[in-house]
Amino acid sequence: MGSKKKTILKLSGAVAAMYLFSFLLVPLYDVFCDITGLNGKVAQTTNAESSISIEGREIGLQFISHNNAGMPWTFKPSKEVSKIKTGTMYEATFYAKNTTNKMMVGRAVNSVAPTNAKDYIKKIECFCFAEGIELMPGEEVLLPIKMVVDNELPKNIKNIVLSYTIFDSNLENNIIMDHDSDHAGS
Amino acid sequence: MSAVIENHHNEHDHHGPAKGLKRWFYTTNHKDIGTLYLWFSFAMFLIGGAMAMIIRAELFQPGMQIVEPEFYNQMITLHGLIMIFGGVMPAFVGLANWLVPMMIGAPDMALPRMNNLSFWILPFAFFVLLSSLFMEGGAPNFGWTFYAPLSTTYAPPSTTFFIFSVHIMGASSIMGSINVIVTIMNMRAPGMGLMKMPLFVWSWLITAYLLIAVMPVLAGAVTMMLMDIHFGTSFFNAAGGGDPVLFQHIFWFFGHPEVYIMILPAFGIVSHIIETFSRKQLFGYSSMVWAMLSIAILSFVVWAHHMFTVGMPLAAELFFMWSTMLIAVPTGVKVFNWIATMFKGSITFETPMLFACAFVVLFTLGGFSGLMLAITPADFQYHDTYFVVAHFHYVLVPGAIFSIMAAVYYWIPKWTGNMYDERLGRLHFWLSFIGVNVTFFPQHFIGLAGMPRRVPDYALQFADWNMVSTAGAFLFGFSQVFFLFIVVKTVMGGKQATDQVWEGARGLEWTVDSPAPYHTFSVPPKVS
Ligand code: HEM
Ligand SMILES: [Cu+2]
Repeated sequence: MGSKKKTILKLSGAVAAMYLFSFLLVPLYDVFCDITGLNGKVAQTTNAESSISIEGREIGLQFISHNNAGMPWTFKPSKEVSKIKTGTMYEATFYAKNTTNKMMVGRAVNSVAPTNAKDYIKKIECFCFAEGIELMPGEEVLLPIKMVVDNELPKNIKNIVLSYTIFDSNLENNIIMDHDSDHAGS
Repeated sequence: MSAVIENHHNEHDHHGPAKGLKRWFYTTNHKDIGTLYLWFSFAMFLIGGAMAMIIRAELFQPGMQIVEPEFYNQMITLHGLIMIFGGVMPAFVGLANWLVPMMIGAPDMALPRMNNLSFWILPFAFFVLLSSLFMEGGAPNFGWTFYAPLSTTYAPPSTTFFIFSVHIMGASSIMGSINVIVTIMNMRAPGMGLMKMPLFVWSWLITAYLLIAVMPVLAGAVTMMLMDIHFGTSFFNAAGGGDPVLFQHIFWFFGHPEVYIMILPAFGIVSHIIETFSRKQLFGYSSMVWAMLSIAILSFVVWAHHMFTVGMPLAAELFFMWSTMLIAVPTGVKVFNWIATMFKGSITFETPMLFACAFVVLFTLGGFSGLMLAITPADFQYHDTYFVVAHFHYVLVPGAIFSIMAAVYYWIPKWTGNMYDERLGRLHFWLSFIGVNVTFFPQHFIGLAGMPRRVPDYALQFADWNMVSTAGAFLFGFSQVFFLFIVVKTVMGGKQATDQVWEGARGLEWTVDSPAPYHTFSVPPKVS
C-alpha cells in the first residue's frame, strides 16, 4: 500500500501547486502584458532624449477621458484633439476637480490605441504614474503630461488615441456606495 | 468467483449494508456512495430545471411578465451553477463510484472514508448556495462565469456565501479526483494493463487529472474575489492597480478544461454503449485513448476563445483561433470511431443505444457551432448572443446529460437487478429528443439574428422562435419528471435482469450477479 500513499502525496502536491499557480498568474499576467505590449499601458521612461529629432511627421493625437462608475470628479483633457510632430516634445494637461465636499484620492489608468503604438510613446511625466491624486473638497488642478512620439512610429499609424480613466482610490467607497443603490427588489 | 483465498480482504466480506438512515450517513461503500451521488445530482437537476422553466416562462413573450429582472438574473446564475456543479459533475462522480471499482476488478475505492466526506459536503455547499436566495439583496446575479467587477464591486452581499460554497464544491471534486486516480493507479486487477482498461475508466482517469489541475485555479479565483471584496486588495479592480480582464483569464483557464471535464466521461460511456449494442468490438480503442489525452492537453491552451472581444492583439486572436480548431481533430477521430463501430454491426436500439446515437449526432452538431464560434472575426457577432447559448446547450444537454441518462438505462439493471420498462424508456427518449431540439435549435436562429443572452426581455422580431423554444423547454422539463418515474419504478421492481444483462456486453462489471452484491471482487479477478 506504500505506492498508494505516494500517489496521494503527489496529487496533493499538485493541488497545492496549482492553487499557488493561480496566484502566480497575477504577476505573470503583468509581465506578459508588459513584454507583449498588451493592455496598451504606457510605462514611464527616462531616456526620451534619444527619441527627440528634428525631422518628423505630423500625426493626430486625441485625448479621451472616462469616469469610472460612481466617481464624481470632473475630469477632462484641456485640449481634446491636436496635431503633433513625432520627435518633438509635447506637453498637455488634464483638468480635474473634486466636486464633492470631502477629501478624495483619485487614480488614473491609461491605455493607448492602436496598441502597437505603445512602444513608440515615451512619457517622461504623466499624472497616470501617480499612485494617487489627492484633492481637497472643491479643489481643481491641471494634471501634466510630457511625452515624445518616436519617429520610428509605423508609417500606417496616423492617429493615436490616449485614454485615461479616473477611479476613486478608496475601494471601500465603491463597495458601500453600490450596496446603497441596491436593487434589492426581491 | 472463488472465495478460497481470503487473506487481508476478508474484513469486508461478512457484512452487508447497515440498516436505516445510518447506512447512508456513515457508508464507505462505493456503491452506496455512487447511489448517493446519483440521487443528489438528480435532485439538483430537477431544481436547476425548475429554474430553467422560470427563465423560459419569462421569455415566452417579449416584455416583462412573470418575474423581476433582478430575480431573472439570479435564476440565470443559479441555473448555470447548479446544473454544472450540482447536476453534471456529481452525476459523473456517482457513475465513477459505481463503475470504476467494478470495471477494474477492485473491491472498493482506494480511500473510502474520504469518499464519504467528499459526498456529504456537497449537499451542504448547495444548501449554502440556495439559501442565498433568501438573503438581503438576493442570490448571486452575475452569471455562472461571475466576471469581476460584477461579482466584486457590484455584487450582492450574498456573494460571500457563494464563494464559500464554490470552495466546498471544489474541495469535494478534488477529493473525488484523488480517490479516482489512486484507485485506478493502484487497485487494478492483475493483468489489467493501462491499455486494457475500459474506456470509461480511461476517460475518468483523464478527467480526474483535469480536475486536479483546474479546480485549485477556480479556488484561487474566488479567493481573490473574496480578498477584493473584504480585505481591500485590488486583484480585479483597476482603481487599485488591478485588472478585470485578469479575472477572465483566470476564470477561463479553469473554465475551458471544465467543459471537457463535463464531456470526457460522456465519451467513455458512449463508447461502451455503442460497442455493446453494435455487438462488435470498439473500433480504434487506442486512438480513442490518444484522442482523449490530446483533447485534455489542448484544453489548457485555448481558454481565450471565450474572450475574443476583450481586446487582444492579432497574434493572440490567431493563436487561440487555431488551437481551438485543432481540438476538432481528436474530437473528429472519436466521432469517426463510433460510427465505424456501428458500421456493419448487428445493431439494436434499446433505450441506452438511442440516447448514445442521439449523443453522437447532436454533440457533433454542438461541436460544429463551436467551430463557428472559434472563427475569431465571426465570434465578434456571435459572442454573448443566443447562438452561444445554443452551442453550449447542444454539447451539454444532448451531450453530457444524454450520456448520463444513457448510462442510467444501461447500468441500472446491474445496480437494481431489475430491467427498466423498455417501452417507457423509449418514450422518454423520444420526448427528450424532440424537446431538446425544439428548445435549442431555434436559439441558433435568434442568436444569429442578434438576440443577446442573459436578458429577461427582447425585441419583437425574436418573439416567434422564443415561443417555440419555451414550448420545447416545457416538453423537455416534463419528460424528466417522467424519467424520475421510470427510475423509481425500476428500483421498486421489474423483470429480473440476467448477470450479463445485454447480449453484447463485455467487461468485468457484467460478470458479477445482478443486482451487484454489496461487496464485489474482494478477491481480484484474473484478467487475460
Ligand atoms: C469542437 C469543440 C468545441 C469548440 C470549437 C468550442 C468553441 C467554443 C467557443 C469559441 C466558445 C465561446 C463563444 C463566445 O462566448 O463567444 C464556446 C463557448 C462555450 N462552450 Fe464550447 N466549444 C467546443 C466544445 C464544447 C464542449 C464539449 C463543451 C461542454 C461540454 C462546451 C461548452 C461551452 C460552454 C459552456 C460555453 C459558454 C460559456 C459561457 O460563456 O457561459 N464547448 N465554445
Ligand atoms: Cu472553451
